[in-house]
Amino acid sequence: MILNTVSQRRDLLARSRTVAMVGASANVTRPSYFVFSYLRTKGLLDVTPINPALREIDGVRAYPSLEAYAAERGAPDIVDVFRKAADALAVTHEAIAAGARAIWYQYGVINEEAIRTADAAGLDVVVDRCIKVEAARFDGGLAIGGLNSGLISARRARPQPVRTRTAR
Amino acid sequence: MRDHTFGFRTRALHAGTPPDPATGARAQPIYLSTSFVFDSTEHAAELFALRTYGNIYSRIGNPTVSAFEERMASLEGGLGAVATASGLAAQLSAILCLAQSGDHIVSTASLYGGTVTQFTVTLKRMGIACTLVAGDDPEALRAAILPNTKLVYAETIGNPLGNVADLSALAAIAHENGVPFVVDNTFASPALCRPIEFGADVVVHSATKFIGGHGTVIGGVMVESGKFPWGAGKHPLLSEPSPGYHNMNFAETFGEYAFLMRARTEILRDTGAALSPMNAFMLIQGLETLPLRMAAHVENARIIANFLRGREEVAWVNYAELDDSPYRELAAKYLPSGAGAVFTFGLRGGREAGRAFIEALELWSHLANVGDAKSLVIHPASTTHQQLTDAELQASGVTPEMVRLSVGLEDPGDLIWDLENGLRAAARAAAPAGVQA
Repeated sequence: MILNTVSQRRDLLARSRTVAMVGASANVTRPSYFVFSYLRTKGLLDVTPINPALREIDGVRAYPSLEAYAAERGAPDIVDVFRKAADALAVTHEAIAAGARAIWYQYGVINEEAIRTADAAGLDVVVDRCIKVEAARFDGGLAIGGLNSGLISARRARPQPVRTRTAR
Repeated sequence: MRDHTFGFRTRALHAGTPPDPATGARAQPIYLSTSFVFDSTEHAAELFALRTYGNIYSRIGNPTVSAFEERMASLEGGLGAVATASGLAAQLSAILCLAQSGDHIVSTASLYGGTVTQFTVTLKRMGIACTLVAGDDPEALRAAILPNTKLVYAETIGNPLGNVADLSALAAIAHENGVPFVVDNTFASPALCRPIEFGADVVVHSATKFIGGHGTVIGGVMVESGKFPWGAGKHPLLSEPSPGYHNMNFAETFGEYAFLMRARTEILRDTGAALSPMNAFMLIQGLETLPLRMAAHVENARIIANFLRGREEVAWVNYAELDDSPYRELAAKYLPSGAGAVFTFGLRGGREAGRAFIEALELWSHLANVGDAKSLVIHPASTTHQQLTDAELQASGVTPEMVRLSVGLEDPGDLIWDLENGLRAAARAAAPAGVQA
């Protein structure tokens, strides 16, 4: 189904662990690298680059295709699409074949046929959203930046795990 | 959790300030810390490269300040906000985010005197030209737009003329020319008008006024809608590699967040016009009661405007809701809950009558501010607008007999009692010697 609401996207991120990022770039000025690096360093999601031109990004092994990823790692929870809209249908077919549970089309990746195809195949679908922005909406990142998270709550957030160093 | 849309009063109390995750503190803690430790060298690198969100240094961001920013963004219906040291800093920051030497901006002429000076003197010295368009005809503003114009600017309610801008018409003209519409919403506050709903792209505030609401701290903020196409090419400061941030292309990297990211990471970083966390805390407190205060301000303003209109010492009352106001229809459209609490009136007897009026007041505070919980009064021609030339004064519509009121929250009977004393003194000053009883 197509996930249009804030709580649907929050639930998707909460139940997901692995993200296969199609079109991830090692160029540190590219938006896809920003998203990859954010998800990797936050450690909230296990993100893997899918790009036949790359061997790895920041020590994370890249796979040439979703098929190669699924053969070794199993079905990804989310396929994140950083490709031009015209390529989105082919990526969607590959995501379905790889057994992906959800497909996430980044900003501007709007392809109606791809969206219908993914929806009909039973995948959860997010369109024209950034997975980094949505992750940051729920992990407090947007609020730190003075950005409108849209969240209202009088409940205390669960503290995030803090890496500590043992005194020696 | 089901989705629910929260109302304005709820967001005024809660947006941006969930319980502190570290301590459970229910009020927003004041994070008085200049700087913040990094988790690791990698974390530091990610922060400086803008690839992750986090606090580095309070000139660029601070947890108490960002709580205020998120609440303002929520109340204005924007994507996000960047707070500044003052309202003047907010509007200058918004302009510097979009325009540079050789560029041009267009604004309505009826503006706060400090804004006129900033636009026509300081910006000019920086190489940014400004055309001020007198009158209320949006078409005159369209004619002033040049190929190098980067934005259109207006005040929701002009200071001190009390004119109401035709926000939708001005937004349409700006957008037809590929530039954003920047609105100073200080006099209305988001409780009475949310310009983004009428097409504004950036909303700036002097938070010193109704947002803080108690005359305590200076502050400013700009809110951005997230709807303007910053990457379309009209604003190379956002859509071309920036030498100020290792050649980052803000529009390509941050999409809808391009303006806000550049405003924070380049403009705030380089101008240093940051809001203090102490002040942010006071502004957050103010916002909690903003909708309640604005309703009470409007109620008192209506009482005072109608009182003055019935007095023979008063030549005219300029409150946009009155049936003889040329702005009545615009106020009904853009300010349905009330045309604010700042307005002007003219005393018969000119400058001398104005002086005697202010000297005789006991309860109204004579000072250069608006938007306090306490009632304020000033004579613009001799104070806020005295730096303006005669021609500029004429263009901005400030006349010698004009008195500006900022109606506070006192008992209206007490405000009227004081005004009656002032009006009697004004009449004595205006009358020829020997005639008065």
